[in-house]
Amino acid sequence: MSTHLDPAVKSSKTPGSKEVGADRKEKTQGRLAAMLITPTMVVLAIVIAYPVVNAIIMSLQQDEGLDPVTGTFVAGGFAGFANYIHWIFQQCTGPGGTTVSCPPGTLGAQFWSATGVTFFFTVITVFFETILGFWMALIMARAFRGRSVLRAAVLVPWAIPTAVTAKLWFFIFAFDGIANTLFHTSILWTGSEGPARAAIIIADIWKTTPFMALLILAGLQMIPGDIYEAAKVDGASTWQRFRMITLPLVKPALMVAILFRVLDALRMYDLPAIMTGGANGTTTLSILVVNQIRIGFNSAAALSTITFLIIFIVAFIFVRFLGANAVESASGEAKGKQK
Amino acid sequence: MSTSTATGDARTAAAKGVARRRVMWASSRTYISAIVIVVWCLLPFYWMVVTAFRDVGYTFDPTPFFTHVTWDNFATAFSSEMGNHLDRALLNSLFISGVTTAVALLFGVFAAYALARLNFRGKFMVLGVVLGASMFPGVAIVTPLFQLFTNINWTGTYQALIIPNISFVLPLTVYTLTSFFREMPWELEEAARIDGCTAGEAFRKVIMPLAAPAVFTTAILAFIAAWNEYLIASILSNDATQTVTVAIASFAGSQPHQEPYTAVMAAGTVVTIPLVVLVLIFQRKIVAGLTAGAVK
Repeated sequence: MSTHLDPAVKSSKTPGSKEVGADRKEKTQGRLAAMLITPTMVVLAIVIAYPVVNAIIMSLQQDEGLDPVTGTFVAGGFAGFANYIHWIFQQCTGPGGTTVSCPPGTLGAQFWSATGVTFFFTVITVFFETILGFWMALIMARAFRGRSVLRAAVLVPWAIPTAVTAKLWFFIFAFDGIANTLFHTSILWTGSEGPARAAIIIADIWKTTPFMALLILAGLQMIPGDIYEAAKVDGASTWQRFRMITLPLVKPALMVAILFRVLDALRMYDLPAIMTGGANGTTTLSILVVNQIRIGFNSAAALSTITFLIIFIVAFIFVRFLGANAVESASGEAKGKQK
Repeated sequence: MSTSTATGDARTAAAKGVARRRVMWASSRTYISAIVIVVWCLLPFYWMVVTAFRDVGYTFDPTPFFTHVTWDNFATAFSSEMGNHLDRALLNSLFISGVTTAVALLFGVFAAYALARLNFRGKFMVLGVVLGASMFPGVAIVTPLFQLFTNINWTGTYQALIIPNISFVLPLTVYTLTSFFREMPWELEEAARIDGCTAGEAFRKVIMPLAAPAVFTTAILAFIAAWNEYLIASILSNDATQTVTVAIASFAGSQPHQEPYTAVMAAGTVVTIPLVVLVLIFQRKIVAGLTAGAVK
């Protein structure tokens, strides 16, 4: 538990420094901590901060090359916020350098629909994953023989690479596939908007609900059992015990789990990219960025910066207003340990 | 629900019966739910393995157990004549994930030690940065990296695939290790020193054996995260450095315009079985690692 050296031992080693001992310890610990942490921070700065700053600089430059709409040559150079305006107001350069709204079918016309699709997937998948995950966690928390089989089984979908998951569900949802055979339907699952989205959502729920369930289970196990006993004695019903004890006490863990899942779902790429290639109303923001990279870096950089900002804002709202304090729970007893 | 009886004795007996029945009902409900969950989680995986071993002519045969068993699909998956270099992709993934994991652990162990054991100013901020980094969207760094790597002729090289992987594996490593280290009984180190061990001995004989499982579990989680990465690899790899996830997504079969379902399922099985075995063996530790830090 305690991270401190025993004061007695400490003072016997450094005689005559009772008062300054703690202070000096803090200082040496600070120096040691800096030494240990700096390498990681430097690496993170290189692999994350540098590319992000680079992306912002790129996003303010014009892509040079042929305009995909008009076929005229566009010179590079500083562009101000033109790339951002291009995405947010869906405006492309028309003939003779005029500004027109992007023709349907071009990537420029897809920003808001991609944003909508991304949020649609996020809300639906996280909603079902939370409900199902909670249910799974409640079952896993019960004591019964064979519980370890259950806990091992839920790890299987989690361990399978998303790319393999996508191919697996693509096969299950094939026209002659097992889903249509089993339910006696003949749906072209990846061929139109509704079924394509449903297929991706089902695959995502299958893959990530176990992760959600395990996070919630860990939260459930933090609740001391005698609270339930006391409530039982006081005559609380099962539903009351769930609503008055389980829900409020598991809430911090639940909010962190939801935050993790939301941020993960907002960058969804693998499943739609492999199952539909983004066709039929399944283009997420990540897919749009990747498609744009092949056409023009700078415009793609603007879009990826917008994506990053959207995710950042959502995370901020969660932490600030919904009390999903991941940092606090990650730092654990750190606060309690401080003198 | 409860039966009304005349005498008190009968009533208590009936109440006991009801209570017992209720317990039985509750436990059988638990079992039914548990079975539903296990089936839901394993059935698609089972279907992949069944299809992997099924003759290509019976691709869409709905028989739920192993029929028309063949190894042909695995041969197709590894057949370089058909353009499937699964063997090479496996080696690539092994190498890329291995190096990523090693690098992340090398840096992460020290940072996690400091975060778990030392008191210093800015600890909260460091944790915030690490957590923020682990939630970072891959697309936000892939564009500038793609341009940078194109400019310096790195596209398709191993370092071009390892460096972006570190961006999400290192935060994950630091985060998981920190919560593991926080739970370790560090006072044993003190005890060993008092009992006459040198600092080196205390580290070797007490700390190392205690920390090894935590580091090992974190390594598994880091390796799986790197192994499963698809977005960055699909953009920055070429034919020679393709990882397994990219290889499976772009698979070729014997017929040019037909999705080679059985071969893809075979490849998927090859890629997944090692992970599943690993996960089943280290189930407890992995669950602890996955949920470490998320609660408390």
